[in-house]
Amino acid sequence: MALDSKVPQGPLKEKWTEYKNHINLVNPANKRHIDVIVVGTGLAGGSAAATLAELGYNVKAFAYQDSPRRAHSIAAQGGINAAKNYQGDGDSTYRLFYDTVKGGDYRSRESNVYRLAEVSANIIDQCVAQGVPFARDYGGLLDNRSFGGVLVSRTFYAKGQTGQQLLLGAYSAMNRQIARGKIEMFNRHEMLDVVVVDGKARGIIARNLVTGEIERHSAHAVVIASGGYGNVYFLSTNAMGSNVTAGWKVHKKGAYFANPCYTQIHPTCIPRSGDYQSKLTLMSESLRNDGRIWVPKHLKDVEAIKAGTLKPMQLKEEDRDYYLERRYPAFGNLVPRDVASRAAKERCDAGYGVNATGEAVYLDFAASFVRYGTEQAKIHNIVNPSEAKIKELGQEIVRAKYGNLFQMYEKIVDENPYETPMMIYPAVHYTMGGVWVDYNLMTTIPGCYAIGEANFSDHGANRLGASALMQGLADGYFVLPYTIGDYLADDIRTGKISTDTPEFEAAEKEVSERIQFFVNNKGTHSVDYYHKKLGKIMWDKCGMSRNAEGLKTAIEDISALRKDFWENVIVPGNDHEYNEQLAKAGRVADFLELGELFAKDALVREESAGGHFREEYQTPDGEAKRIKEFQFVSAWEYKGEPKDAVLHKEALVYENIEVKERSYK
Amino acid sequence: MNLTLKIWRQVDANDKGKMVDYKIAEISGSMSFLEMMDVLNEQLVNAGEQPVAFDHDCREGICGMCSMYINGEAHGPDRGVTTCQLHMRMFKDGDTITIEPFRAASFPVIKDLVVDRSAFDRIQHAGGYISVNTSGNTQDANSIPISKHAADEAMDAATCIGCGACVASCKNSSAMLFVGAKVSQYALLPQGQVEAADRVKNMVAQMDLEGFGNCTNTGACEVECPKGISLDNIARMNRELMKASV
Repeated sequence: MALDSKVPQGPLKEKWTEYKNHINLVNPANKRHIDVIVVGTGLAGGSAAATLAELGYNVKAFAYQDSPRRAHSIAAQGGINAAKNYQGDGDSTYRLFYDTVKGGDYRSRESNVYRLAEVSANIIDQCVAQGVPFARDYGGLLDNRSFGGVLVSRTFYAKGQTGQQLLLGAYSAMNRQIARGKIEMFNRHEMLDVVVVDGKARGIIARNLVTGEIERHSAHAVVIASGGYGNVYFLSTNAMGSNVTAGWKVHKKGAYFANPCYTQIHPTCIPRSGDYQSKLTLMSESLRNDGRIWVPKHLKDVEAIKAGTLKPMQLKEEDRDYYLERRYPAFGNLVPRDVASRAAKERCDAGYGVNATGEAVYLDFAASFVRYGTEQAKIHNIVNPSEAKIKELGQEIVRAKYGNLFQMYEKIVDENPYETPMMIYPAVHYTMGGVWVDYNLMTTIPGCYAIGEANFSDHGANRLGASALMQGLADGYFVLPYTIGDYLADDIRTGKISTDTPEFEAAEKEVSERIQFFVNNKGTHSVDYYHKKLGKIMWDKCGMSRNAEGLKTAIEDISALRKDFWENVIVPGNDHEYNEQLAKAGRVADFLELGELFAKDALVREESAGGHFREEYQTPDGEAKRIKEFQFVSAWEYKGEPKDAVLHKEALVYENIEVKERSYK
Repeated sequence: MNLTLKIWRQVDANDKGKMVDYKIAEISGSMSFLEMMDVLNEQLVNAGEQPVAFDHDCREGICGMCSMYINGEAHGPDRGVTTCQLHMRMFKDGDTITIEPFRAASFPVIKDLVVDRSAFDRIQHAGGYISVNTSGNTQDANSIPISKHAADEAMDAATCIGCGACVASCKNSSAMLFVGAKVSQYALLPQGQVEAADRVKNMVAQMDLEGFGNCTNTGACEVECPKGISLDNIARMNRELMKASV
């Protein structure tokens, strides 16, 4: 099948408006006869479910957690971008579009990104109307902060809990529709397959995680909003339950999977402390507004710090290497995430890491305490304030901005970040790759859509900070509700889809057989044993930097590990009870397939772009080197084993942006 | 450190349930409490036994999924944290740790330490929202100035993660801190005024219907709340309810 991105004709600025003016609509009376399934209730799924229900469709929403409010969007900290230009600093729709395409290293689809920038302002209006308590200044208007890779302040925030507040906003919109009966909510349910009837997505097979029952659910369209697949690395900032299963199942039924190798390794996470570690915790990128990143300039000081004979605060300014400010004077500590992560790795690989494992750099707030404290002393008319007073006043401001993050850090690391710099190191955080979608957000299976992190379209090879929340809500509130109508307009006479058909029968049988295999296979190793092994291969060979040799090894290793898994995995308990190990076994089985495709995609992409850094392709000063021939989206078609997947290319055309060497210097 | 764990085991909602003792060794102080539970479960799986079921997801204190009543306190002995953020450095070698589910009649046990908190969702369905459709035509966000003080206070109330520690800590199994937090968030904001009266009446009615108890101002909920939700929110809810009822 040839890829058709269905991007509308016409000038970039008019595409979306013109398109909306001419697509088919479903009249309100007919919407009542149309069902839509939404899998996942994060920012994308929650906002889509609520909006589709408001429009009049019958929505069935699914979450593996015990409530839609638990989806992992809730953990997003720093903020959400919108081109409001409230700060009068020159922001505009074009600039947000430009920053996002450049930030993504020219590997995203121009038309989708422009639309994203266009609807970004609506998101803020919508959320404020819902009662989302964004931060405000003393005049009562909305406050902004700045994020990496941009030169304006366009990020709206609610302390360090922006994702929580936006998700609770979408959750409240869902609640209103659940109360009306327009959304039927299935908590503690996991989608285990999509059902395709006559070439169209017409339902799913789901498992009730409490009773173990396998259920058939039909609909006229299926929306996948199940988030990213960062947990393929075992350790990531994702929630423990985050998984690729929904995306992978649709892939196996015909949806192409795009750019699996594009992963975001976030620069500021709390370093790992031991082998028992189950997950990594992010420290918001917003901290880079006020924190300065450094390592000691001299190896002798590194040794002294590791030995405990020198405290980081005691190190003189001239003995510190603020390496981001040194290498990237224009953007300094606010370079994009991929650049900041690689720079941290470079210093740590050279031996300058400051903790026991040698995998940590400092994020230091001392300078901002002084800067804010001095300003506060002036505001409060304190004459000749002491250093201690300045620090105290400055710390108050920092506490108001990031208090919950500092507290979180202290609870995990047992050090007070007001008194000593934070230690941070990059960790897997987000996946730009995902299910391939066209301009309508439809996958290559008609009637099957993918939105939010689950799709691939908007962030190219690297996502800018505060853009994930923007994309999730843009897709769910403002894009999908229009585009899905165009498709569903043909379904007004279809009537209820029966679940009593051979297609549902076959899909259910396949799901049941797999579950039976797990509970009956009396193997020797736990599910986590395999997940950890997979994670180690991924991190070592497909991590912050990759090379052909390593990727070839990874493909063989993952293939062998998968074979071992299917012979020797053990799942205790049975299939008709609450059984977390069983649920996890299915997820890890899918990760073991995705992981191989991931490595294969990384091997094929013989260039460096954003988060995908191939050691063979770098500029003389160690920056990512893009290659013109790879200006395309890799869309993989499932053909059985991951090694047999077939590559389709969607060429990326930039008509409104000049493709340049990405520089933050 | 070496520890003895006394853990509530219950096969399903119909089972009577019982405490079971487990020994666990070589636990490091930098482990989180749930990582300690992972180690225990790995041991159990490898020994062919059923692992202990417990709810958890984000493991960074924000999703509200983890619960556990540890040594008689919701989310354990530390303050301002959920169980997933509780670290083993709070315990010492040789300790015995008692681990139970969040107990309340309105939170039936599903299995072991997993409870059903869907009553919380149903209270939110009753009025935990502002009735505004997604349209892209709502007024500009800055057309409603909101004093920083009110916005900050609304944010403090909105910080609730819906974990249920307040209910588990309350001798009456009252959900008033949880409900008060949501009522307060909207009561403090101009957007919430239009539906304020119906909202508080409907949410309180649903809360009563779910079987949660009343507040007797003991304040255990505020102490145990991982997000420091203030008792003021209960007072504000009572005031709102009074206003709506007269």
